[in-house]
Amino acid sequence: MLEAFFNNAELQIMLVGAMVGTASSLVGTFLVLRGNSMLSDAISHSIVFGIVVVWLLTHHQSGPVQLIGAALTGLLTVFLTELLASTRRMKQDAAIGLVFPALFSIGVLLLNVYANDVHIDTHTVLLGEIGFVWLDTVEILGYHVPQAVVSMTIMLTLNLIFVGAFFKELKLSTFDPALAKALGFAPGVLFYALLMLTSSTAVAAFDAVGAVLFIAFAIVPPAAAYLLTDRVWLMLALGALISTAASVSGYYIAVQWDVSIGGMMAVMTGVFLLLAFIAGPRYGIISQRLRRHRARGLATG
Amino acid sequence: MSWLSILGDYTYQNVVMGAAFLGIISGTLGSFAVLRGQSLLGDAISHAALPGVCLGFIVAGSRNMGSIIIGAAITGGLAALLMLALTRMSRLKTDAALGSCLSIFFAIGVVLLTYIQGTENASQGGLDAFLFGQAAATLRSDVWIMGGITFVALAILAALWKQAKLVTFDAEFARTLGMPVTLIEVLLTTMITLAVVVGLQMVGVVLMAAMIVAPAVAARQWSRHLGGMVVIAAMVGVVSGISGATLSTLGRGLATGPLIILSASAIVLVSLAIAPGRGILWEVLRLTQQRWSLQKHQILYVLYQTRLEQDESERSPWLSRSAFTAFALYRLQRQGLLTSSRRAATPGKPARQWRLTPSGVRQAQQITATFNAPQ
Repeated sequence: MLEAFFNNAELQIMLVGAMVGTASSLVGTFLVLRGNSMLSDAISHSIVFGIVVVWLLTHHQSGPVQLIGAALTGLLTVFLTELLASTRRMKQDAAIGLVFPALFSIGVLLLNVYANDVHIDTHTVLLGEIGFVWLDTVEILGYHVPQAVVSMTIMLTLNLIFVGAFFKELKLSTFDPALAKALGFAPGVLFYALLMLTSSTAVAAFDAVGAVLFIAFAIVPPAAAYLLTDRVWLMLALGALISTAASVSGYYIAVQWDVSIGGMMAVMTGVFLLLAFIAGPRYGIISQRLRRHRARGLATG
Repeated sequence: MSWLSILGDYTYQNVVMGAAFLGIISGTLGSFAVLRGQSLLGDAISHAALPGVCLGFIVAGSRNMGSIIIGAAITGGLAALLMLALTRMSRLKTDAALGSCLSIFFAIGVVLLTYIQGTENASQGGLDAFLFGQAAATLRSDVWIMGGITFVALAILAALWKQAKLVTFDAEFARTLGMPVTLIEVLLTTMITLAVVVGLQMVGVVLMAAMIVAPAVAARQWSRHLGGMVVIAAMVGVVSGISGATLSTLGRGLATGPLIILSASAIVLVSLAIAPGRGILWEVLRLTQQRWSLQKHQILYVLYQTRLEQDESERSPWLSRSAFTAFALYRLQRQGLLTSSRRAATPGKPARQWRLTPSGVRQAQQITATFNAPQ
């Protein structure tokens, strides 16, 4: 039965989508809560630099060495951003907007100069192609498992372990970094660990959905969950749920309309965000209006 | 290509003029975005332009610059409005709203792209140009369009200069004056779309963020006044654009967009370092000077106090043996404030004895006087 599962292209595609979504929203939740969502944007663009450098050094286009290279690039990006912001001559979002385009530019130029005749598919890096994930398989225990499933399983497990083991520390560091530091939880180190996991998740996700759609999975489900609940564990759960729902619905709609599957999955996350924005039971616009209406009624009547 | 011959080259002229217009418009509008804490708005709007480009293509039936620009402007503007709505009407913060709009609109664009191409694979064709820009394919007519858009943006800004200035720095006060603050804020936000639309051809989606941010950040180091900042930002933009275009033409096969961005980033770094007053180099110099002055005072004071406490002769006070102190002592000796004499080293006593000279005594007395002076 497991063999039938792995041979079912449809299921594999949806599975990869759900895994990308869950892994991304696990780390993305804390980024959104900290107000650092755009770092996922910065990292996923500057990773092109990391990929090119790693490729120039090792000639591996994917695999664990690229995951490590991605983690380091993510670290570098955030480190440079914090460095610029710490000069106090610009705000943090301006620093972000300076660092990642510069790294991206260096990456593209390195490609131009050293790898012009070699095929590093920047398209695929930026857009991925989830429709083909079931083609690239490795053999594990006699089953042909898609490469993407393997790398996403690793990343998902790592992220789950990290978030699970450090849940209390992450919560405290996010909402009260000063207290966390005073209590010795090293919020700075925790933050960098989170970012390294984000970068690695991004690279693992590239195969499937590409850089820009990774951002959608990292930010939008957590944002939607943020509009639905106040409790962090529930945010994580809802993020995973929304990602999975978006993957499944996105797949079927994409097949129906014959359009990009990864793109459609990301669009569906947006649909859920819109739903939460408008109809969320606590923070949606409709319930806000209703509450104001009721309050006005009480005040006057 | 030799230096002079490229000036006559048609493509080079187009690229340079286009880059210059891009520099002007992104420098001026970017100044407002950066001052208002919306630095990454350019990033979001440029990604959000993709669906508009596709729609423009669908409506026109072919790659028509005019309809593509209009499409990009429409979806870019919509994304900006949605971002504002998400921020104002829910508890989402700016960064989450920006990131959401960016990725969702881009995803819609990817879907439309695959719809156009009739395949499920988005990794083809025009997307490359959109992501990385295709400066070399700029036509003279494209340049005039860019110039026109730039002119319109500058005209609107000039007409609403006072309002824009007030709304940027003190929105509450502007509201009390009866200004339509929300309208002006929406206008300032959506105008970035114009800059993005000009920049898509030149530098592409990803690098547009830097074109909005870099000239403004560089300019901010040089000027404290909005007018000055805007003008300097425009100049920085133009210089980056032209250097990037020139480097790209001279170096075969080097992409224009990245070179423009790296030129702008270089200008930012230089500005951070040497801008008068704010420059980091000056701060380092100031700190070093202060540290030296403090050390000098400390040494003179210590020597003077021990001299007061005991007679002139024997014991040299214990001064830290570090290299810094040794260097400081030699420097003070060079300045004529100290003298030193060597004697045979004995255990527990350093070989070199330091004593104050008469002028050293005078300086030390001055220092002590400032310590004891009534506050």
